[in-house]
Amino acid sequence: MTDNEIRGCEDALRLLAAHIDRELDDTSRIQVERHLETCRSCYSRAEFEKRLKTSLAELDREPVRPELADRLRMMIREFAVAGTESP
Amino acid sequence: MDRSPEPRMPAELVHQKLSEADRVWFAERVDALLPELYGRAIRLCGHRADAEDLVADAVAKAWTSLPDLDDREAFRAWVFRILNNAFVSDCRRAWSKAEHEPLDTTSDDFSLFDQLHRPILLWWGSPELTFLNRLLRRDLERAIDALPDVYREVVVLVDVQGMAYREVAELLDLPIGTVRSRLARGRSRLQAALWEHGREAGLTDEPTDPERRETSRYDR
Repeated sequence: MTDNEIRGCEDALRLLAAHIDRELDDTSRIQVERHLETCRSCYSRAEFEKRLKTSLAELDREPVRPELADRLRMMIREFAVAGTESP
Repeated sequence: MDRSPEPRMPAELVHQKLSEADRVWFAERVDALLPELYGRAIRLCGHRADAEDLVADAVAKAWTSLPDLDDREAFRAWVFRILNNAFVSDCRRAWSKAEHEPLDTTSDDFSLFDQLHRPILLWWGSPELTFLNRLLRRDLERAIDALPDVYREVVVLVDVQGMAYREVAELLDLPIGTVRSRLARGRSRLQAALWEHGREAGLTDEPTDPERRETSRYDR
């Protein structure tokens, strides 16, 4: 048996996070997928963890305060370019 | 992984290589990506004040490195890499001087799913997904921003930014096993915090104070 051979829910759950993160090699990934096809409890857990991960990925953008946008525009305006005076 | 576009070009050489058209192009691209740059910076730093300085620093570094960017179609991924590298060189360095709580005392076995899942409801409903659906964005923000620095950075890089473990290990200069263990502990803490937020808001099936339940923000 390899370290990643799946013989039950405990083995599948041990690999579930890496599976959802797409970090498993093909052999382990296929074993986890086969388990999820036949185990409703682990399947439900996988769906839950995936949904939570998707929700977290949506936190990657925030409304920007006008003061920050102005600060950056001002900064970029002052960047020196060829043919102009350096600030 | 391309860790950094550095070493950066001296300012006087940047001056010679970039035109006014480059500056206009750069300003437009930064403006378009600003909500994402800022969002990622807040999640990495855990609060807004440092995040604004981090974004400004990353934009300045991006400008001085722009002559090295051969494929401008790749600007988006490139500037986010600069942001992450600026985070490591600025914010993270400051943290490393501060005291951290001991890492080895943190449990990594709290599971929100275990708290919420009801097998008997299997065919009629999914309380764990209902719980997630009813959480507000601000609950997620509070939970992730409040994580201890060493856990938040790996959770943000993997779950918010979608980076691979190997990329995170290289960026943070950590063994990949440390990335895995911090990720597990960080997620456990995050889920424990979400559980508490959910309980406060009356989202669990535990008995709650009726008066509090009536005024819950979710029931308005």
